[in-house]
Amino acid sequence: MMSGSVVDNAVSSSNTSVAIPRDTSGQILNLDEDDDLEVFSKDMIYTDGSSLSASMQTSPGSMVNQYKFEEEEEDADAKDIFVTVDNPESHVTAIETHITYRVVTKTTRSEFDSSEFEVRRRYQDFLWLRGRLEEAHPTLIVHPLPEKFVMKGMVERFNEDFIETRRRALHRFLNKIAGHPIFSSTEDFKIFLTAEAGELTSHKKQGPGFLSRVGETVRAVAAAVRGVRNRPAEFTVMQEYVEAFSEKMSSLDKVTQRIAREQKEHLQELKECGPTYMLWSNSEEELAEPLKSMAGCLDRCCKETEEQVKQLNDNLIPALHEYVLCTEILKAVLRRRDNMQAECEAKTEALATKKADREVESKVLSLAWDNFVGRSSEEVKQQKRQKLEGEIKEMQDELDKMEDRLEWANNALKSDWTRWQKVMRTDLRSAFINTAERNVNYYEKCLAVWESFLFSQRAEGEESGRIDSS
Amino acid sequence: MADSGSEDIAVIGNTDLTPSESENNIKNAKKPMIEKGTSLLKRMEISVAEAEKRTGKNTVNMQETYTVYLIETRPVDAALEGTNPVPDSLWRRYSEFELLRNYLLVTYPFVVVPPLPEKRAEFVWHKLSADNMDPDFVERRRVGLENFLLRVASHPVLSYDKILYSFLTEENGWKENVFETGFQAKADSRLKALNATFRVKNPDKRFADMKHYGDDLQSVISQLLRVRARAADRLYGVYKVHGNYGRVFSEWSAIEKEMGDGLQSAGHHMDAYAASVDDILEEEEHYADQLKEYLFYADSLRAVCKKHELTQYELEMTAQDLTSKKQQREELATGTVRTFSLKGMTSKLFGQETTEQREAKLKMLETQIEEGEELVKERNAECEEFVKSAWVDVEMFKEQKDRDLREALISYAIMQISMCKKGIQVWNNAKECFSKM
Repeated sequence: MMSGSVVDNAVSSSNTSVAIPRDTSGQILNLDEDDDLEVFSKDMIYTDGSSLSASMQTSPGSMVNQYKFEEEEEDADAKDIFVTVDNPESHVTAIETHITYRVVTKTTRSEFDSSEFEVRRRYQDFLWLRGRLEEAHPTLIVHPLPEKFVMKGMVERFNEDFIETRRRALHRFLNKIAGHPIFSSTEDFKIFLTAEAGELTSHKKQGPGFLSRVGETVRAVAAAVRGVRNRPAEFTVMQEYVEAFSEKMSSLDKVTQRIAREQKEHLQELKECGPTYMLWSNSEEELAEPLKSMAGCLDRCCKETEEQVKQLNDNLIPALHEYVLCTEILKAVLRRRDNMQAECEAKTEALATKKADREVESKVLSLAWDNFVGRSSEEVKQQKRQKLEGEIKEMQDELDKMEDRLEWANNALKSDWTRWQKVMRTDLRSAFINTAERNVNYYEKCLAVWESFLFSQRAEGEESGRIDSS
Repeated sequence: MADSGSEDIAVIGNTDLTPSESENNIKNAKKPMIEKGTSLLKRMEISVAEAEKRTGKNTVNMQETYTVYLIETRPVDAALEGTNPVPDSLWRRYSEFELLRNYLLVTYPFVVVPPLPEKRAEFVWHKLSADNMDPDFVERRRVGLENFLLRVASHPVLSYDKILYSFLTEENGWKENVFETGFQAKADSRLKALNATFRVKNPDKRFADMKHYGDDLQSVISQLLRVRARAADRLYGVYKVHGNYGRVFSEWSAIEKEMGDGLQSAGHHMDAYAASVDDILEEEEHYADQLKEYLFYADSLRAVCKKHELTQYELEMTAQDLTSKKQQREELATGTVRTFSLKGMTSKLFGQETTEQREAKLKMLETQIEEGEELVKERNAECEEFVKSAWVDVEMFKEQKDRDLREALISYAIMQISMCKKGIQVWNNAKECFSKM
């Protein structure tokens, strides 16, 4: 599915850290194979203690309170961890070449051994981290990563702009995780930030086995097929919101990309204006100076326009695109919650059926069989009843656990949802404000260019007595 | 300046711009700087006030729709007195303007005749209608026609022309007057001459240079207009796409609680931004029109240069003819044949002519030479006269062109400033709305 495109050496020499490799066909396949399976286990919440901070391993009620408490604490002043992603470099090994990014952590948190860490991580590592967080918290909202591979526009993985865009997105991702009350206190996150390469690799190998994950997938699919019967209204509201929000984000993404395209084409035409005025000035005497000046102004405006397009591509477009990706994540989260509920409902039904079985006195066929194999009917009845009671107790216990899990998940999702909305609002508001500011800046710069032209012409006019000083 | 002595017009000597006039000219950046000191414009105010659609039967008896333009004239003294009487007016269509201009071209070949606004919309970008009936096009044409009349009526030579006066004042009699001048016969030969190619031995260098300049000017302004039209098209696209923000913000605000108001009002500003491009580009069309005028002026300039070439050529041809005749006389008188001629050959073959024949021929040649010398003198005088008056007009044209185009560049800069200011305002407003999100 990925074409083994050969990277050309067109990356500009400003990225002088390492030579960019020629052949990356193997590289692209490599990335695919290493992907973690997007299979998650709901049992992870309880059985894998490493995914939760110690304070979480108590009853659902106190868990919810804990979560809420931590959330209220979280504001800018209380920020005790700072993470940056920068310095992309090409990393060459015997078998392959990939880009690594420097991840710097500064923190005052006690669970960290030191206050500063610096490690190098590759895209795969980020994928792994995100996968783990999502597995451990299937009904919490994990911020998206930049896409693996951008097909449109034939952007190559080692293209400088692509790398920079990806770096910024990775930086944002990590900061979102660091700012999340639950995610930022996970062991996986800590290890990601602090472990040396070898440590990380061995830690990655831990986790539930493949087969148990497969078993979970089967249950999940069955539940999905069944569908949820009594979804609480608030989650339906959420789903409707996500549908609409998804549409709007897609539209905004498209509109903004279209604007960038049109502005680029405008720039192409504008670039020809200056030289034409220059050409004209060659035939003129008196007019030569103002024409040359005009050409200069247009060239400067071109530069400003170029800058404006770049800003759009660097800021607003990635921001909107991230929220397009977010909507897919939100849909998945709601789906998983629904599946959890569906499984609960299925279990409840099964339990009810078993209990109904208990009421039924006689089972003609089974008695007949038992007589056939030579057991007394009373004994058999006793055995049967005990077995049934046992099964019912087991199922009840399981159901209780599942219902607890569901309640926790619902509450966690509700809190995280509110949190996500706040963050979304902040992010998009600042992205739009940013864009507006840059546009104002663009026009202010162009204004200055034309005012200087006017000034020079008026001054000239006064000198030669052509125009009144006005 | 040529004085063609129109009887009822006093010659005004003062052609300097007064300070108030030049200030007025900066404010009316769209109008050319017209010298108000010259005759016709000093006596009467001229304007092309309105345009109207008419339908009627044309020369082949078919129904057609066309536009007519209202020319209003008013004696200047009346306005000064403050009585403000109703102006005289008449309706003219574009083809009548063309007729007037052709007459002027033929009658004053040494003048760089002001151009008319374009017959068909050229250098359009996608939104601008190429339709001659489009109201925007008609309006711009009205302005262009007024411009033409003002330029002609303030020209030191053209403004004295009687046909011009008739055009402005006689609704019905004018066409007869113009055809009575018989200019059409001259028009055909002029056209032929303009298109002919001939080699001139001693052209006036200034005119040769001017011709090249005219070619360059035409080529560079065409290129500029093309590039500008394409850029305008793209700019239109950029602004209009922002209108989609308005729509999407509005829809998005419906599903948000706290963000709703900010989004909604930001959306309105995006709509305003998208709509603002129409005015911006309309103004830019005025700039394009100013450039177009000089694009067409280049043609007039070239025509004058070509006319010079023609007169020079005719002079040279006449002189050449005279020289060859003189040579013939010499040969005949001395009996020597310096150059090969059929006459010489035949006389060798068939014997010399008789003395009487020779005498007759000599006499004829003498007459022809006399006539030829007169003709050369005439042609020479014509040439000199033409060069003198044409160069005066060319110099005047150069000054006018430099002034006008400089003003045009300045008004373009003013437009750009206005556009930037609007942009700043819209995006500052939008930013405020976004802050409320």
